[in-house]
Amino acid sequence: MSLRIVVTVKYVPDATGDRHFADDLTVDRDDVDGLLSELDEYAVEQALQISENSDDDVEVTVLTVGPEDAKDALRKALSMGADKAIHVEDDDLHGTDALGTSLVLAKAIEKAGYDLVVSGMASTDGTMGVVPALLAERLGVPQVTLLSEVSVEDGTVKGRRDGDAASEQLEASLPAVVSVTDQSGEARYPSFKGIMAAKKKPVESWDLSDLDLEAEQVGLEGAWTKVDSAAERPARTAGTIVKDEGEGGKQLAEFLASQKFI
Amino acid sequence: MAEVLVYVDHVDGAVRKPTLELLTLARRIGEPVAVALGAGAADTAAALAEHGAVKVLTHDASEYADYLVVPKVDALQAAVEAVSPAAVLVPSSAEGKEIAARLALRIGSGIITDAVDLEAGDEGPVATQSVFAASFTTKSRVSKGTPVITVKPNSAAVEAAPAAGDVSELSVTFSAQATGTKVTGRTPRESTGRPELTEAAIVVSGGRGVNGADNFAIIEALADSLGAAVGASRAAVDAGWYPHTNQVGQTGKSVSPQLYIANGISGAIQHRAGMQTSKTIVAVNKDAEAPIFDLVDYGVVGDLFDVVPALTEEIKTRKG
Ligand SMILES: Cc1cc2nc3c(=O)[nH]c(=O)nc-3n(C[C@H](O)[C@H](O)[C@H](O)COP(=O)(O)OP(=O)(O)OC[C@H]3O[C@@H](n4cnc5c(N)ncnc54)[C@H](O)[C@@H]3O)c2cc1C
Ligand SMILES: Nc1ncnc2c1ncn2[C@@H]1O[C@H](COP(=O)(O)O)[C@@H](O)[C@H]1O
Repeated sequence: MSLRIVVTVKYVPDATGDRHFADDLTVDRDDVDGLLSELDEYAVEQALQISENSDDDVEVTVLTVGPEDAKDALRKALSMGADKAIHVEDDDLHGTDALGTSLVLAKAIEKAGYDLVVSGMASTDGTMGVVPALLAERLGVPQVTLLSEVSVEDGTVKGRRDGDAASEQLEASLPAVVSVTDQSGEARYPSFKGIMAAKKKPVESWDLSDLDLEAEQVGLEGAWTKVDSAAERPARTAGTIVKDEGEGGKQLAEFLASQKFI
Repeated sequence: MAEVLVYVDHVDGAVRKPTLELLTLARRIGEPVAVALGAGAADTAAALAEHGAVKVLTHDASEYADYLVVPKVDALQAAVEAVSPAAVLVPSSAEGKEIAARLALRIGSGIITDAVDLEAGDEGPVATQSVFAASFTTKSRVSKGTPVITVKPNSAAVEAAPAAGDVSELSVTFSAQATGTKVTGRTPRESTGRPELTEAAIVVSGGRGVNGADNFAIIEALADSLGAAVGASRAAVDAGWYPHTNQVGQTGKSVSPQLYIANGISGAIQHRAGMQTSKTIVAVNKDAEAPIFDLVDYGVVGDLFDVVPALTEEIKTRKG
């Protein structure tokens, strides 16, 4: 038996950098350093663990849709231990929304061949958390999402989803789309050996024509939502800061009372 | 007047507050038609009518509890086809966003998630969003199809606006995908008796500075004196001091209360992402350089083990 896992990873602007918008109101990806979304490291980690715990012949492919630099995210995932990588890059992809991204990812996943897709819980820039559900809808396979625990055995994926009202045990047969949360377990650091080995691993590049997609289906033109304005949130007016010299608790209570909270 | 579908989040018929807020927002765009699914769906009608629902479409089937997400998408799609609404509003929970996204794809419409405000516009509803850890505010709209918009808790006031609330049964045919992901077990969360984190008017949070699970009793005591919910930073959650359900931030809950009190929390960008839109922010931290102080309306530089108990005592005295 063999198991083909495709992990979707996004290259995002560093959250600790000064993120902002470009003139066309898309996320500015030039001025802030990019990196593999931290939340997708958890997806790579779980894919590798599924692979390590399996008796089957497992192949882990990492897939990204993104600009030239997004190769860095793939390299990082390869140095963690993934086997190969696919980079979907095309000038016409600039400004693609979540629905469009899910279309490109679904086409690429189908072309690559898969039994299991593993995604992160959300991208750290868009933070929508909808792409995994959209992939399941497009691929017509079960969605087993937001898992804090996941395992695969005999063609079945099982996991635990910690929701607001309850913690649920889920089960579905493969092929399926899974997403994992940051509660699923610390992601490994690439080892020196891993980093060296990654340099020799194959990275395929596909563009829209490789996926039988037209430019109008994606990009800013193909987006079904439109951002009309983006404004920096006004800095909060400087507050009062006091040093506790025995009266800090009382002073704070006085402030809360003045604001009618007490 | 155009109808607006509102997806109802309820627990055995008890409507959760974010849904009532959605009814307020829906009335700005058209006439709210509510869709309630699963056990107790019919029991939601009175509360929904009280808050402006002109119609309530209900459907109960075991599929809603036994399988993940897709049965609800099937039902909401049936409601869209029955009503031809001007927009579909869904509460922005993790599940709500998944339902909304799949619905949008099926009906060929654009989707906006995590709106914090909504108003009528010339070209359809305009949604306000708070992005990049709440450092930017954007206004967006859906440019294709029926706008599907998920809205965060605390985005509008709950207003009574009695309406007919005519109940009718929705006819739903489940798709082949509906039974793809089976829910094989469910452990309901135990109630703490405190307000729901995302719905609370006041949130009192503790971070690494709280230094131990037992010490969270200090945070809980302050919360209880104010009738507040308890939050925690990821550092406190990762250390095992407080449950993940109470985590505030990018990978936890996003809260927007009237008052947020951060104790022993440095104010990392990922934490700020979940609390920066709070109306009034207060912090207690012994490090005067902690970034959280950039956000505060009132801050105390001091040891939380001194300041917090003193504050709790003072509140109790004042409240008598
Ligand atoms: C992808 C990703 C997602 C993340 N998601 C989240 C999230 O959802 N929520 C979240 O909170 N974090 C999140 N983080 C982690 C975040 O970056 C910070 O590490 C975390 O918020 C730090 O928690 P803290 O402020 O409690 O701890 P620290 O940063 O260690 O700060 C502790 C503070 O307590 C103060 N202190 C210590 N002792 C006392 C005392 N006795 N009295 C008063 N003050 C005291 C210290 O001065 C310090 O400022 C995420 C990180 C990543 C990479
Ligand atoms: N451009 C992309 N390339 C690859 N994977 C992506 C991309 N965008 C989103 N994803 C995947 O979808 C998940 C959820 O993203 P989102 O819905 O954008 O918050 C991420 O954690 C990734 O696994």
